[in-house]
Amino acid sequence: MAIIVNKETCRGCQICVNKFECPFDAIEFNSAEKKAFINEKCTACNACLKVCPFNAFEKTGSDEEVDLSAYKDVWVFAEQRDGKLMNVAKELIGEGHRLSREISEDTSVCKVCAVLVGDGIDGLAKECFEYGADAVYLLEDPLLKNFTTDGYTKVITDAVHEYKPEIVIYGATHIGRDLAPRVAARLNTGLTADCTRLDVKVSSYIDYAKKNTTLDTSDLDPESDDKGLKQTRPAFGGNLMATIICPKTRPQMSTVRPGVMSKRERDPQATGDIIKVDVKLAESDIRTKIVEIVKAAKEMVSLTDADIICSGGRGLGGPEGFELIQKFADKVGGVVGSSRACVDNGWIDHSHQVGQTGTTVKPKIYFACGISGAIQHLAGMQNSEIIVAINKDPDAPIFGVADYGIVGDLYKVIPEIIEEWENAEALFDARQAGK
Amino acid sequence: MRIIVCAKQVPDTSEVKIDPVKHTIIREGVPSILNPDDANALEEALKIKDQYPDTVISVVTMGPPQAKDMLIECLAMGADEGVLLSDRAVGGSDTWATSNALSAAIKKMGHYDLIFAGRQAIDGDTAQVGPQIAEKLNLPQVTYVTEFAIDDNMKDITVKRSLEDGYEEIKIQTPCMLTAIKELNAPRYMSVSGIVHACSSEADIKVWNAKDVEVDLDTVGLDASPTNVYRSFTPAPKGKGIIIEADGVKEQAKELLINLKSKHVI
Repeated sequence: MAIIVNKETCRGCQICVNKFECPFDAIEFNSAEKKAFINEKCTACNACLKVCPFNAFEKTGSDEEVDLSAYKDVWVFAEQRDGKLMNVAKELIGEGHRLSREISEDTSVCKVCAVLVGDGIDGLAKECFEYGADAVYLLEDPLLKNFTTDGYTKVITDAVHEYKPEIVIYGATHIGRDLAPRVAARLNTGLTADCTRLDVKVSSYIDYAKKNTTLDTSDLDPESDDKGLKQTRPAFGGNLMATIICPKTRPQMSTVRPGVMSKRERDPQATGDIIKVDVKLAESDIRTKIVEIVKAAKEMVSLTDADIICSGGRGLGGPEGFELIQKFADKVGGVVGSSRACVDNGWIDHSHQVGQTGTTVKPKIYFACGISGAIQHLAGMQNSEIIVAINKDPDAPIFGVADYGIVGDLYKVIPEIIEEWENAEALFDARQAGK
Repeated sequence: MRIIVCAKQVPDTSEVKIDPVKHTIIREGVPSILNPDDANALEEALKIKDQYPDTVISVVTMGPPQAKDMLIECLAMGADEGVLLSDRAVGGSDTWATSNALSAAIKKMGHYDLIFAGRQAIDGDTAQVGPQIAEKLNLPQVTYVTEFAIDDNMKDITVKRSLEDGYEEIKIQTPCMLTAIKELNAPRYMSVSGIVHACSSEADIKVWNAKDVEVDLDTVGLDASPTNVYRSFTPAPKGKGIIIEADGVKEQAKELLINLKSKHVI
């Protein structure tokens, strides 16, 4: 814990030095800067906090006693763009629902709440309920129509101060990753980026770890009453996973990559409480001006929504290889993906990139064609339902995660798959009949 | 105009390997590099300097003493000054604590008009420190910048910010924080004269400790960090799949499709 003089708000009036007796003689005046400052004698006794007429004396530091029990509920930042709820918002409402029920089955103890920020977006509340939200916080103002860092940070921070959620999760989108760090810094709380797994109960963390990781869980007590949020994320380009906790401050905050969590089945009957938050925002609070928002003219690659992804790697040998991959994708009703190497080589646009620094995907089938399987790439696609690897090199790491592998020349294999694709059912039936 | 560039020395994660027995990262022999997005941030500052030669570029970083090598590289590319904040007291900082330390260092560096940072570092991939420094310095921010233009008044900036489904054009004024992504530019190479200068005794590289930047020690380092590592581990390798072997490519393709059909995925 510490006391500081905020240099932005200190007016140099010296009231704190002249009219107030610091018990430890810790307040001094820097006449060059014309600002008061706190020297090393300060013991953070808080005696001076009310002295400054401009509130320049501030308490900082993580040791600030936070009454953790005052915080409850799981909040999901329900990101909308153009009045349309983002897919990741639906996924996170599903995940928030799971977490809130892990904390307590009793919704009077813990609820999952969607936080809708925008203008004229109250119609989206129903959709949030249908995907599992118990309640919706509605933050509406004409100034919130489009995302701005300043506007959204202010209203969300204010709402957190007022309603005190225990957990806040955001989609790790270009908006969520701009907003969440700013909110965390203003609230002086922790934030864990790009989580791929969240747990509250130690027992469910153990289950997850046993199934998916090399972690030795023998020192973890499944009966523990620890209900802190365990936030698991990749680090070092996916080479290492770390589980992060935020034990001393609230709320606990995470961003979660789109496509990682599962939506709940939509319940058209669902309803819930809508809490209209009194938004205090002035035009002068927003220091950036959006001139225009442009949707990409080029065809957007929706890797996260695709059921089938046909991905090409260095093994294509050149940009023309993507013509075959495109033909393959057209045939199977899929979307073209790529490894980082191809993007770095300029063979294909970055929007196609799958992996740690690209898009995380979870399709029903992932065809990895000429992709060796660098760990960054695996981090972005290994949760696919079925992975098919086609590669010349039988030792390529991609075969380590693949469900089906074909060792061979992709330029020979893929045309055969394309040719036989329509016959799959007949081939399967024939096989069944032959058994 | 004074531009501060925030940079980080990172291990080249594409070279990182995992010890298959101990499940730990093998750091030995892994080269340290200037974080790629930060190189884009520096390049954009250098482009401003190309156009307005009285621009002064200062690079600030936090890290161990050897991070000085990265500052030498930045000077060799054309930066005027490097500041390394290096102190055990700031070791183990999470993003919140790191932004406290770096914003203290930036305050100490004096007047600035613009802060440029990379969107994220490849070792942590958090993209949090840039916005959090901006918050501590009470600056407006734009992240994911792909295009940058500044008016001759050195005040009005227009940027493009990348979105998943397009981009936004945003106007912002100095002082402000911008974070760069790869699409912004192509970083230049070090020049020979730059290397000679950066390695000479003339090179302006300062090494500061926590006391020098007057940061509150209760807001930096491992203990002050709100987030802590609970456990760390390597992902489990997925069980070996089936290698489809058949008589010829056509038969392999057929076999694959039969398998996919049996799993009800097609």
